[in-house]
Amino acid sequence: MEICRLELKHVSKTFGEVKALEDVNFSLGQNEVVGLLGDNGAGKSTLIKILTGYHQPTSGELFFNGKKVERLTVPKVRKLGLEAVYQERALAELQTVWRNIFMGREISDRLGFLDIQKMRDETHRLMSQSMGFTSMAVSPESRVGKFSGGEKQGVAIVRALFFKADIIVLDEPTMGLSLKETAKLVSFVKDIKKAGKSAIFIDHNILHVHNVADRVVVLDRGRIAGEFMTKHIGLNDLMEKMIHVAETGKLN
Amino acid sequence: MTSQSNETAPTPHYREPISLRRLLRTYSMQLGILGVFLTLWMIFILSAPKTFLAPNIYTAFMISIPFFAIMAIPLTIVVIAKEIDLSFPSIMAMGMVAFSFVYNHTGFIGNANIQVFLAILGALTAGLLIGWLNGFIIVKFGIPSLVVTIGTQFFWRGAVLVLTQGANFSLSYIFKSVFYPALVGKIGAHLPMQMIWLIVITILGWVLMNRHRFGAHIYLIGDNINSAELMGVNTGRVRIQAFMLVGLISAFAGVLASFYVAYFWPSLGEGYLLSTLAAVFLGGTSVFGGTGTILGTFLGAFIIGAIEAATVAVGLTGFWTQLIYGFIIVLSVIMHTYLRKRAD
Repeated sequence: MEICRLELKHVSKTFGEVKALEDVNFSLGQNEVVGLLGDNGAGKSTLIKILTGYHQPTSGELFFNGKKVERLTVPKVRKLGLEAVYQERALAELQTVWRNIFMGREISDRLGFLDIQKMRDETHRLMSQSMGFTSMAVSPESRVGKFSGGEKQGVAIVRALFFKADIIVLDEPTMGLSLKETAKLVSFVKDIKKAGKSAIFIDHNILHVHNVADRVVVLDRGRIAGEFMTKHIGLNDLMEKMIHVAETGKLN
Repeated sequence: MTSQSNETAPTPHYREPISLRRLLRTYSMQLGILGVFLTLWMIFILSAPKTFLAPNIYTAFMISIPFFAIMAIPLTIVVIAKEIDLSFPSIMAMGMVAFSFVYNHTGFIGNANIQVFLAILGALTAGLLIGWLNGFIIVKFGIPSLVVTIGTQFFWRGAVLVLTQGANFSLSYIFKSVFYPALVGKIGAHLPMQMIWLIVITILGWVLMNRHRFGAHIYLIGDNINSAELMGVNTGRVRIQAFMLVGLISAFAGVLASFYVAYFWPSLGEGYLLSTLAAVFLGGTSVFGGTGTILGTFLGAFIIGAIEAATVAVGLTGFWTQLIYGFIIVLSVIMHTYLRKRAD
């Protein structure tokens, strides 16, 4: 059997009295894009924060490439090859582009002294090649706070890609984007798949998810309500199912 | 959006195109404070040329300003990280209590140099530990640093008073050691050693903030601590280290200030609280975190230190000093806020 890139078995997470996730089983195959759907409060963000090592699960097991991992931390998860592009984009708006790209992973020598020229060079290359910034008005020294929503998203995505992740988690990546920027983002997710990588794509917009995902997993009130292969279900059917889940908590 | 490797052919070096507008925008904060500095200086020279064209006044500045200016450097780092430390005046005094404790218990060595050296180490260690404790309480319990350091400021001042029973004491024994001339002596007729120490600490602070990962993380934490945390910056450790720096340098400032008069008094440091904070904010560091410069603080300290002397030199009574302080501080902070908005 093919080894999963990522697998969760019976994962639960409680915050005090609140059960954010309950007995969640989830897997992500190699070269697969999984769409994660669910209403507000379904537990999508909690699931992502567990995968990225930001939260520890209350119970359950996690496997990366078939190996069980425990006590995940943000740096540990990155070493395992997972990068997240967060809903809140995790940018520092008063800082320059290069400082954002290399946030928490600055290129430095053993004593911690920065190689600023190298970080600027890499940022410049990423900006012109990957993000499509060709205007002279923006440079690696520009402050991220000046950018549009799509440009900020671009910085966050390019950052994830730069560090050679095998699994990319996109948390509400189309939020606040223009139509053109959204189209670019969707084509980018398809590129991830072409490059042999896996992705988890979380979005409110069922259209986008259906468009890019191989498989859709539906979360409801902390539980997995069900899953479909997108090639087996049309967009309209998926929409109806989602509304049904939101109303009843059940798929069928 | 296809590139995802960092092993492609060597990237051509990126050079920021040089233009006046870009330079003005990048360095607007530093230029702003430099402008205030030069303007005030010109006003001082024009209104009291006899005083401000002679070297004596500058020697006097270089003697008195470093005592609080060196603390303003690590304090700037803490404020950039969106924290504050009000306990440093008490750390100055507590460091000196540790100093005299170590000195009094190492009499058996019989060598003044070694004894004073160990005593200085004792003071610096005390400063580091107190700074660590500040940081630890702030980070582990999630209490705002303003509240914690108001508390520790009282606590350590109280500890000083209890341990010394409120007594002053002479440090005349330091004259015998090489540390007296090395810390507060003079090079030639006009250059006090404490000024050299201020310059050294300013350069170290600049390097740390502009060329080191620590500084990069401080800016990120002050800007958006959640993003920094999500991206794997150890926000707790970095903030604790920042408070330790304040502790270390404050203890050192306590040593300098006490050495200069060869005397310890338990209220050591009390007069420095507001002028040190004023130097940081006057220098353009934002109380909202994420922005600020070491150079700005350096200039800010000299403005603060010069106002008092200048007020008297231009023929106003000393009663005017605080009014002028207040006026310049408020005006500068308005200027910095305006420049920051324009830069965005």
